[in-house]
Amino acid sequence: MYKYDAIDQQIVDERVKQYRDQTRRYLAGELSEDEFRPLRLQNGLYIQRHAPMLRIAVPYGMLSSEQLRKLGDIAKRYDRGYGHFSTRQNLQLNWPKLEDIPDILAELATVQMHAIQTSGNCIRNITTDQFASIAPDEVIDPRAMAEVMRQWSTFHPEFALLPRKFKIAVSGTKQDRAIVQAHDIGLEFYKDSNNQVAIKVWVGGGLGRTPILGTVIREHLEWQHALTYCEAIIRVYNMHGRRDNAYKARIKILVKALGIEEFKQQVEAEWAHIKDGPNTITEAELNRVAQHFEPMPYESLPAHDASFDAAIASNPAFASWIKRCTHAHKQSGYRAVTLSLKPHGKPPGDISSEQMHVVADLADAYSFGELRASHEQNLILADVKLSDLFAVWEKARAAGLATPNIGLLTDMICCPGGDFCSLANAKSIPIAEAIQMQFDNLDYLHDIGDLELNISGCMNACGHHHVGHIGILGVDKDGSEWYQVTIGGKQGNDASIGSVIGPSFSAEEMPSVVQRLIEVYLKERTDEERFIDTVRRLGIAPFKAHVYAEKEAA
Amino acid sequence: MSNLIKNNAIVADEWTRVIPPSLGEEVVKKQAGKVVLFKLTGEPTYSPEQIAATQIPATGKILLPLTVWQANVAQLAGRMAAGEIGILIATHEPLESLAATFSDINELPLIAVFVERFPDGRIFTMGNLLRTRYGYKNELRAVGDVLRDQLFFLKRSGFSSFLIRADRSAEDALSSLQDFSQPYQGAVDEALPVWRRVNRSHA
Repeated sequence: MYKYDAIDQQIVDERVKQYRDQTRRYLAGELSEDEFRPLRLQNGLYIQRHAPMLRIAVPYGMLSSEQLRKLGDIAKRYDRGYGHFSTRQNLQLNWPKLEDIPDILAELATVQMHAIQTSGNCIRNITTDQFASIAPDEVIDPRAMAEVMRQWSTFHPEFALLPRKFKIAVSGTKQDRAIVQAHDIGLEFYKDSNNQVAIKVWVGGGLGRTPILGTVIREHLEWQHALTYCEAIIRVYNMHGRRDNAYKARIKILVKALGIEEFKQQVEAEWAHIKDGPNTITEAELNRVAQHFEPMPYESLPAHDASFDAAIASNPAFASWIKRCTHAHKQSGYRAVTLSLKPHGKPPGDISSEQMHVVADLADAYSFGELRASHEQNLILADVKLSDLFAVWEKARAAGLATPNIGLLTDMICCPGGDFCSLANAKSIPIAEAIQMQFDNLDYLHDIGDLELNISGCMNACGHHHVGHIGILGVDKDGSEWYQVTIGGKQGNDASIGSVIGPSFSAEEMPSVVQRLIEVYLKERTDEERFIDTVRRLGIAPFKAHVYAEKEAA
Repeated sequence: MSNLIKNNAIVADEWTRVIPPSLGEEVVKKQAGKVVLFKLTGEPTYSPEQIAATQIPATGKILLPLTVWQANVAQLAGRMAAGEIGILIATHEPLESLAATFSDINELPLIAVFVERFPDGRIFTMGNLLRTRYGYKNELRAVGDVLRDQLFFLKRSGFSSFLIRADRSAEDALSSLQDFSQPYQGAVDEALPVWRRVNRSHA
C-alpha cells in the first residue's frame, strides 16, 4: 500500500499544527461556532448527541496492521474502546473529547493517517472496490489513481468550500462494487480498443434526500486527464451549484436542472482551457505511485489444498464460513476473507480495540500485514493462502469476527442513527439488532440467500437505504420515530433506487415487516432467483399486499 | 490600524470602498424554511435606484462596484486613466461582465472580490479565473468576510492582498499564509503539482 514520503508526512504534520491552533482559538472564544464549524467538519469532527464524533480517513479503504493497532489504541485511550466503520470505508470514534482531537491527530500522523476532509463541503475520501488488485474480474487496479486523486484533492485551494459535500468513487472491475453511479463523480476504468487505460466518467449520482443515479458525461477519457477533467466538472459546480438551498446544493440537482447535454457542454468548454495543463498526470508520476501497489510476493500454489478440502468436508461450520466469507482471488491458491463486523445483536460495523488487535495480528500472520475496509462495513484480509484459512477461521471465530453471514440479510449496512447522530430522525441500530435477532438462524438465513438490507436513520442516507434490496429509512412523524420501507434497490452495474411499499411502520413492527417480505419471496421465488430478482420480476404489489394484509384486517 | 495584508505584511489601505446606499428594507428570502444566505451566480446586487443614488468621492483612489462603474463610465474616464479606480465584484456576479467592460483588464490597478460570507467558495474559482483565464496581473484583493483560516486557499487561488474582517487581527492572520509549505496540487500561485516541482522518487 501507499507509504508516505517526506512531503506527505510534512502535510499531515502541518495539518496537526494548524488544527491544534484552530481548536485553541475556538476554545479561547476567538472563533465563533459558525466560523469553527466548517473547520472542524473538514477535519471530520461532528458535534453529536452525546459527544463529538471523529471520522478518521481510511483512503480507499486500505489499512496496514500497524495503523489498525494504532486505531485500537486510540479508541482505548481517547474513547470507549471501540470504533465504527462507515460506508465511506472510514473509521468513526463516537466519544472523543473536542480538546483531545489535536492529540489524536498527532498520534494518527505517526502512522501516516489523518482526518482531512472526511466531512464538510469539500472533496471527501475517495472510495473504491474492497477487492481491488485481487478480484478475478478486475481490469485495472484503481488504487494508484485513487492515491493520485487523494493527493490532488487534499487541500485543493479552489474546491475548499464547495456548495455541498463531494464524493468520488473509482472502479476498475467489470462488476462494479464501488457504486460509481451513486457518486458525485464516478470514474470507471477500462481498457479501450487500443488497449489503453481509459475512463468512463459518471456524474451527478447520489443518495440522500433526492436519490439519483449518475449519468455518463464522457464515455472515453484518457487517464492522463482525470484530474483536469474533474477540475472542470467541479469548477462548473462550484460556480453554479445551488448555494441558496442546502437540500438542493449537490451537483446532481445542477445536472438535472441544466440537463446532461448543457452541463456537459459547460464542462467541456471549461476543460478546453485546462486540458494538458500542469495537473495532467504523467506516466512517471502514475508509475511512482503504482510502485506502492505492486502485487504481493505470492507463493506459487496449486488451485487446491488437501488439508483445506478435508476441513471443508468434515466441518460444516467451517464450510459455511468459507462459502459466505471468502472470495475468489486472481492468484491460484489464495482467497480473500471478509471478517464480519455484523454479529447478530451488535451494532453493524462496530469493532472493539481488542478485535482491532486480533485483526492486525491476523493480517501480519496471514495476509502480508494489510487489510481493507469495505463500504459494507466489514474488514477484509485480501491475500490468505488456502492452507491458512482454517487457522484464520478459528482465530476470527474466537474473537467474534466469523459470523458466516456476508451477503446475507443480517450483513446489513447501518448508519449510527439516532443513538449517536444529531442529524438522525430515528434510531437505526436497535432496528438492525431486532431484525438480526428475528433472523438468528443460520440455516434459515442461508436458505434466504443473497440479500442486502440497508438502514438509514434519516434521509441523508448514510446507510445507503435507497440501494438496499430492502431499504429502511427512519422518519420523524410528529416527534415520534417511524420507518419507511423500500424494496428493489440495488448497487452494481444494474443499480436501481428502491420503491416505497407504503405507509411507514413503528419500530416494534419492523422485524415482522421484514419477515413478511421474506415470506413472499420464499413462496414466489424460482430456483435460481435471489430476493432482488423476484422483486424485479413481480414488482412490489405482492409484497405490499402481504405486508399490509394483517394491518388492514386489524 | 490597517487590516490589509499585502506582500506578507500589514500595510496602509490607500483605497476607499464605495458602497451604494440601502434604500428601504431588505427582503429576507427563504428556501425550505431557511433564510437564504448566498445569492445565486448571476443575481443582481444593487437596484438601478441604489446605483443612481451612490455617492462617489471626488478625489482619491476609490474601489467601485462594477455596476456603479458601468453607470458612470463617462464621468470617471479621467480618473480611470489616472489610476484612481479599482473595481469590486461580488462572488455571485459573473466575471464575464467584468471582462466585457474593459478592453484591457490590466488597465485596472486593483480588482477586489467581495465575499459576503466566508463559506462561499466561489471566491477561489473567481481568483483562479481572473489570473489564468483573463490574464489579470495587478493587485487582486479579497474583501468582506475574510478570515485567516481561508487565507492559504485565497493565496493559492491568485489573491495578492487580503482585507481581514475589521473585528479580527490581521497580525494574527499573517501566519496562516504559511500553513502548508509544499502543497500537492498545481494552482495559481504555484502552477506545478508537487511531482513536477520536486523529484519524489527520492524524497
